[in-house]
Amino acid sequence: MKLTVWTYEGPPHVGAMRVATGMTGLHYVLHAPQGDTYADLLFTMIERRNHRPPVTYTTFQARDLGSDTAHLFKTACLDAYERFKPEAMIIGASCTAELIQDDPGGMSETLGLPIPMIPLDLPSYQRKENFGADETFFQICRHLARPVEKTARVSCNLIGPTALGFRHRDDITELTGLLMEMGIEVNVTAPMTASPSDIKRLGAAHFNVLMYPETGESACRWMERELGLPFTKIVPIGIGATRDFIAEVSKLAGIAPVLDESRLRMPWYSASVDSTYLTGKRVFLFGDGTHVAACARIARDEMGFDVIGMGCYNREQARMLRAVAKDFGVEALISDDYLEVERTIEALAPELILGTQMERHIGKRLGIPCAVISAPVHVQDFPARYSPQMGIEGANVIFDTWVHPLVMGLEEHLLHMFRDDFEFHDAAGASHHGGKAVARPPEVSAEAEVAEGRIFEEEKRGAFEIVWLPAAEKELKKIPFFVRGKARRNTEHYATERGVAEISVDTLYEAKAHYAR
Amino acid sequence: MTDRFAPPPSRGCSDTPVLKQRGQHEVFCGLTGIIWLHRKMQDAFFLVVGSRTCAHLLQSAAGVMIFAEPRFATAILEETDLAGLADAQDELDRVVGQLLERRSDIRQLFLVGSCPSEVIKLDLSRAAARMTEKFAPRVRVLNYSGSGIETTFTQGEDACLASMVPVLPQSAARELLLVGALPDVVEQQAVGLLEAMGVGPIRVLPAASVNDSYGIGENTVFALTQPFLTDTHAALERRGARHIAAPFPFGEEGTTAWLRAVASEFGVSQELFDTVTEAPRARARKAVAQASQSLNGKSVFFFPDSQLEIPLARFLTRECGMTAIEVGVPFLHRAVMAPDLDLLAQGPVIAEGQDVDKQLDRCRAARPDLSICGLGLANPLEAEGLTTKWSIELVFTPVHFYEQAGDLAGLFSRPLRRRNLLKLEAAE
Repeated sequence: MKLTVWTYEGPPHVGAMRVATGMTGLHYVLHAPQGDTYADLLFTMIERRNHRPPVTYTTFQARDLGSDTAHLFKTACLDAYERFKPEAMIIGASCTAELIQDDPGGMSETLGLPIPMIPLDLPSYQRKENFGADETFFQICRHLARPVEKTARVSCNLIGPTALGFRHRDDITELTGLLMEMGIEVNVTAPMTASPSDIKRLGAAHFNVLMYPETGESACRWMERELGLPFTKIVPIGIGATRDFIAEVSKLAGIAPVLDESRLRMPWYSASVDSTYLTGKRVFLFGDGTHVAACARIARDEMGFDVIGMGCYNREQARMLRAVAKDFGVEALISDDYLEVERTIEALAPELILGTQMERHIGKRLGIPCAVISAPVHVQDFPARYSPQMGIEGANVIFDTWVHPLVMGLEEHLLHMFRDDFEFHDAAGASHHGGKAVARPPEVSAEAEVAEGRIFEEEKRGAFEIVWLPAAEKELKKIPFFVRGKARRNTEHYATERGVAEISVDTLYEAKAHYAR
Repeated sequence: MTDRFAPPPSRGCSDTPVLKQRGQHEVFCGLTGIIWLHRKMQDAFFLVVGSRTCAHLLQSAAGVMIFAEPRFATAILEETDLAGLADAQDELDRVVGQLLERRSDIRQLFLVGSCPSEVIKLDLSRAAARMTEKFAPRVRVLNYSGSGIETTFTQGEDACLASMVPVLPQSAARELLLVGALPDVVEQQAVGLLEAMGVGPIRVLPAASVNDSYGIGENTVFALTQPFLTDTHAALERRGARHIAAPFPFGEEGTTAWLRAVASEFGVSQELFDTVTEAPRARARKAVAQASQSLNGKSVFFFPDSQLEIPLARFLTRECGMTAIEVGVPFLHRAVMAPDLDLLAQGPVIAEGQDVDKQLDRCRAARPDLSICGLGLANPLEAEGLTTKWSIELVFTPVHFYEQAGDLAGLFSRPLRRRNLLKLEAAE
């Protein structure tokens, strides 16, 4: 048993729902107890879908346990077929049904329905949501896709986008545009937007674009083997990756690379003088492996940040991310325990967190700015406006999203200059983030401050055996609040390393000089 | 009852044949009760023994609340726990030990059963007994089932409260027990009104803390503030306590009838009753009249969710002038619901259980002005041009008693007002 409050991923059958809901003409019959329908509201509320997910639940109850559940399952299958007339069905069990061993796959075969019935084997007690999506899509392809004649013009499939995917909707649009500019048609986008008959003609494409390895890699590997479709390895998030992706596509398609950069503003924004203050900002990244790896490259090479840590919650991407982390000289954190992520963030004390919904809350608790780069996300990250992560516009969106929570250069400079003015005192807070400004506390008399310093000194002695002399403590307070924590830590670290027990004003400035960059 | 309301209908819905259906249920399981129960019981922790699905459900239902250091969590069953049952108990001991070490402020721990734990027949009651012994007197460990195979949505609260009844001490005192987790502000209003009539002493179940303990016995009388507390009702009667039957305190009429039933039990004079209730009744009437303007003459369709549907249909038809087309309930307990069924005029279909696709067909055919349904159905129905009110809000928001009567009507009228306000088409 594992004590859990927050989970980054749902159970695998939610992954299967993401595939089914993204597709059309496909129905999912899920052998599950009453109550598992809660997952519907992820799609109708978070993603704001205007239809019910194409899922029929058997919703068995305690009184049905025994042979009756098998009967319930068969009826549910037949009813679903009659009502929805799908082109194909996927059949599976949720975690509870897995325990009662009704074998939905076997039963569905005996029903004799005139459509493909695709059984899913999703081990709920070992695997999670992303595996569920990947495996489901792979099974659908394996059952339906067959070698077919290639399209006359060069075309490709977009593989991996699903319902409830982070910015999948707009990434499809962006990539379709990029490929079109090169003269490459999109044959099928799947699972999102595809029907079972579309799946049958996947093989007509010349190659696959693997958009999200988490949800499409197994299918791409199978298609490479069985249908002879090579697939792209570079995920075009960030401008560097987008350029590499175009080069990769050019090779696969045998077409000269074309990338219209007239809409691209991100590199200039990043080069402009106001962004100088972003240099060396210490960032921590966490999310799914794909987004973290792509964003780490952006953070370092395109924004000039200092990547001080990264990690992912999906162990399927652990090996890849460890390799990327090594290249950045950091240790990858592979964990699905948000308390461990929180402890790591606390220890690293970054200036910016790039993470998921959970890291947003961790950042809020620790007072560290945060931008969301990966699922799981909440309703606000399924925006009405166009906001891809991939391609040209994706790079623009990412620049804005990441810089927004940081105090911009000019603002930071002004805050520093006017830090003694009453509008800009430490507790005043940011101007427009809803935090109510607090009046500045009355001036503390010199004596009181010395006394406060002493108390502080005594507290510190026990804990660290390093003390701040009152004058140094006072000097520290002159440093703007948003870098004060870092200055304190750096100075203490500097003092510890040199065996200095008392921090004076000089120690403070020596440390500052030591860490200057 | 009151001169403003129509007299009780000559034939209420008590004798109406109930449409019972089996099929796909689009409802929550009882685990969701934890979301509001843990806030009410401030020294309690709810540990679900279940799967990742259970944890995922709690986090989906709890929304942002999950980061306010909530007092609930899931012990997720892993492959090894399923292999052999013997070490499942050891594992549970380990997880609980870990938990209580981290949260020393916890005084009551609920081991909450789920579908997986019920199906593998993990004996949580034995675990609870063992742990109570081990952690006494600091922590009391109880157990109940919130599984989907046994409970629907609010029935989770029922199962939880029912698990607390047997451990209440014996007492011969004549006391009033208010049963049902109400928002604090509502609970204080209810207690305030009754105390002003001299009714008391008043106890509440669930109490805010295990320290506010009280006894129970043959002289205890209890009133339910929520309709879904049927097992708790039975458990209290087993302890000798007597139920005061009353309509549920929604709207002015419901609140007055509920208070009157309790007041009669305690021999409160009509005069005193009128003095205490007159002003808040007038306020409630006025607020409901204002908030329900857009509801008058409109039709309403209830999908089953919380068992609040029948009393709410009674409020909407009698106090807001709506017509009920269908009132779906997940579970209908005749004895508890009788006073409300008597007041609900014949006409609507009373449906127990659900076959969601067939019910959706009936809803589409009836085209009600307002459909009360869960979040899985709300947006899809809106997209079909039907106006909806999502029902879960009715469980979280303060809606009982006089001062909330206007807010309650407002919850239903707001979607209709919004539909009239939005003009998204071109002007021409």
